[in-house]
Amino acid sequence: MFGSINHTSSVTNSLFSRQFLHPPLQDHAGIKPFFGGRRSHTATSFSNDVDQLPTEAPLQQELNFPGGKVKFMPKRIFTSGSNEERTNCYRVLNENGELIVDSDSLKISKELGVKMYKDMVTLQVMDTIFYEAQRQGRVSFYLTTIGEEAINIASAAALDNNDFVFPQYREPGVLLWRGFTLQEFANQLFGNKYDYGKGRQMPIHYGSKKHNYVTVSSTVATQIPQAVGAAYSMKMQKQDSCTITYFGDGGSSTGDFHAGLNFSAVMEVPVIFFCRNNGWAISTPISDQFRSDGIVVRGKAYGVPSIRVDGNDALAIYSAVYEARKMAIEKQTPVLIEALTYRAGHHSTSDDSTKYRPVDEIEWWRDDQNPVKWFKTWIENKGWWSDQAESEQRSSVRKQLSQAIQAAERVEKPPVADMFNDVYDVPPKNLNEQEVILRENIKKHAQEYPSNVAV
Amino acid sequence: MASIFQGIGAATSLSSSASFDTKKLQFSSVRSLSGKRASCVVMRSGGVKMDSDSNRIGGRGDQLVTNAVATKADNPASSTASKPGHELLLFEALREGLEEEMERDARVCVMGEDVGHYGGSYKVTKGLAQKYGDLRVLDTPIAENSFTGMGIGAAMMGLRPIIEGMNMGFLLLAFNQISNNCGMLHYTSGGQFKIPVVIRGPGGVGRQLGAEHSQRLESYFQSIPGIQMVACSTPYNAKGLMKAAIRSDNPVILFEHVLLYNLKERIPDEEYVLNLEEAEMVRPGEHVTILTYSRMRYHVMQAAKTLVNKGYDPEVIDIRSLKPFDLYTIGNSIKKTHRVLIVEECMRTGGIGASLTAAITENFHDYLDAPIMCLSSQDVPTPYAGTLEEWTVVQPPQIVAAVEQLCR
Repeated sequence: MFGSINHTSSVTNSLFSRQFLHPPLQDHAGIKPFFGGRRSHTATSFSNDVDQLPTEAPLQQELNFPGGKVKFMPKRIFTSGSNEERTNCYRVLNENGELIVDSDSLKISKELGVKMYKDMVTLQVMDTIFYEAQRQGRVSFYLTTIGEEAINIASAAALDNNDFVFPQYREPGVLLWRGFTLQEFANQLFGNKYDYGKGRQMPIHYGSKKHNYVTVSSTVATQIPQAVGAAYSMKMQKQDSCTITYFGDGGSSTGDFHAGLNFSAVMEVPVIFFCRNNGWAISTPISDQFRSDGIVVRGKAYGVPSIRVDGNDALAIYSAVYEARKMAIEKQTPVLIEALTYRAGHHSTSDDSTKYRPVDEIEWWRDDQNPVKWFKTWIENKGWWSDQAESEQRSSVRKQLSQAIQAAERVEKPPVADMFNDVYDVPPKNLNEQEVILRENIKKHAQEYPSNVAV
Repeated sequence: MASIFQGIGAATSLSSSASFDTKKLQFSSVRSLSGKRASCVVMRSGGVKMDSDSNRIGGRGDQLVTNAVATKADNPASSTASKPGHELLLFEALREGLEEEMERDARVCVMGEDVGHYGGSYKVTKGLAQKYGDLRVLDTPIAENSFTGMGIGAAMMGLRPIIEGMNMGFLLLAFNQISNNCGMLHYTSGGQFKIPVVIRGPGGVGRQLGAEHSQRLESYFQSIPGIQMVACSTPYNAKGLMKAAIRSDNPVILFEHVLLYNLKERIPDEEYVLNLEEAEMVRPGEHVTILTYSRMRYHVMQAAKTLVNKGYDPEVIDIRSLKPFDLYTIGNSIKKTHRVLIVEECMRTGGIGASLTAAITENFHDYLDAPIMCLSSQDVPTPYAGTLEEWTVVQPPQIVAAVEQLCR
């Protein structure tokens, strides 16, 4: 009977679809009294019901808003700007290089583990030697990846060669993993005629189509929406691959980060957003960059599944990226990974980070938390590596590097014609004219122009 | 003045939300121009259907002086086109070109705000999402820099996206991606990655759309190396340029004009693609070369009517290609007339007219009998008030006065 009104039952009224903003037409007064089990009522019954409604409890307990039902609350409760506890960090190796007891780390083969370690060592040695070459004036600029070797190599190892990489600039290790040779790196640094970029970009702006690694662009975070677009292309062409894009804590403040994540979630495309939270954006510490709990919490804001990993634990990164890739492709969803690490080197050769951060902080991260050393402990414990192998690897890489640098230094620079090619598919008339003018100038004033550039 | 203006203005009144009722806007004065379009085929190269009448352009010189628009006499004579052609409005021509290319190449896709189910704010993409699915005609959230970046990323992976800016002015937000990545990546990657995108949208001064929606972005983009810019002005060239832009491997910015979307014209039934780098000879003449593009073409042609009545014979060229300029066509014209007037909608400072003046001075200085005159908008934000807005745009009487001064 109409007398038995039960307001305490929680009702989910399945009559109304999720998209309704307004109550359905059969409701006369515009309010929807929710009664246990009752779905609709006639005009006469409605007026009878109104007399018997108590006035304290709200008649409507939730709002059908696009996107889902939203419950009401009668008290002003503001969600705090941050959680009590920070988001947990995925780590599988302990400080002694042993797998943590109930970790779900993926098993990797000896071959894979040794290649990962060798590449981390190569990256470390490469950074040291190229940095010194810049200090000696042989290379004009360099950026090291010191402290982030695990991120570079382990994430690359978990991907497939068909996955497209949109790097920021601190990820040469991904190229290294895919087979870019030390000579190819050196050629780009020296901008000689064998550089795939034809000498047009500054050092460390590597790019290689055959390795599916897009040319580095100096602008911060512009690669994020591009990675989303490329993932969209893969989704359209139904390819069994994903894209991955890397950026730092600083890059996460840009507008492109926001829109890239937002779009990727709306379009449901297979892209992995890999944030290298290394604590510093040149001289800006993360306390000046954002007040959120790092970047991982932002994933939820956009509807992107996310995880925080220890950026110095190569195995954790490998497992996380492997799983992320699987998720991205099978479920056609973006994934956000935040790796906590430290930029143990300076921002670049144009920076001296001791000016704005304490030396002991740098040293602690560079020595105690060194990802290369940490992974070495693990593979040594497995019996896959030895001190002898270590010194052999390091000296072999050093030798190759010095040969590569010497060879690259001697090679000619790209010819003048390469200044005007590739601006368009075919050089237009005005560029042809400008080239002619330049050549005339070079001929007339040969002593003003470098002699090691082919005309 | 007001009456001359009426012919162009009243017929194309629009509201800023711009969903047009196609029935009410008949641009009758353009119809006569359109007849000329079908017969006077300017596309001298680039795989376009040629009419045998085209070589009569020079020969009709005497006839043309008496009629500024020079088409009515031609219409009955021009029947070399085998099919009758079909009439449509400019935005429909754009859509037709877009649809034909999407049909032809499965990699062509569209992205922009409200392009999908809504069909685009100016209806250029109407019906395409229903036909090709909403992944291929993609509605994006409001972040121009980012969806332009997305288009660039997709292009690097082999797709051929068309990125629509709801209004060209919004593409200012995308300047970073357009300048730093779109224009540069083919070059800086050593030719490894190409960016065959088309960036298009309506720009120019509309009917009281306010300063922010009355931008002329061609002036800002013209310096960016690596991109091409074209401006369409008739349904015929709109469709042809759209198709050419999509097929080009370079990034192309296609400038449309808010007030020209409802121009009606009869275009060929056969497929045609125009040359992106060619200018269009609108009206051959002997006394003065008038260079213009987009909406100003119509103001110039209105002025031409008056000029012809006063005994002048202006040669009107729609430059169409804003980057690079078609200096071949322009140069030949200057060598003939020795006087140049540029009529543009850009602001005076740093506009297309400024670059064109420099290019002409550098290349054809010896052929000039008078300094180059350039009529542009003033360096002010476009006011909202209708009368003030009218005064910022070059009007036919100013053009007439300029020609009279040039030809003194």
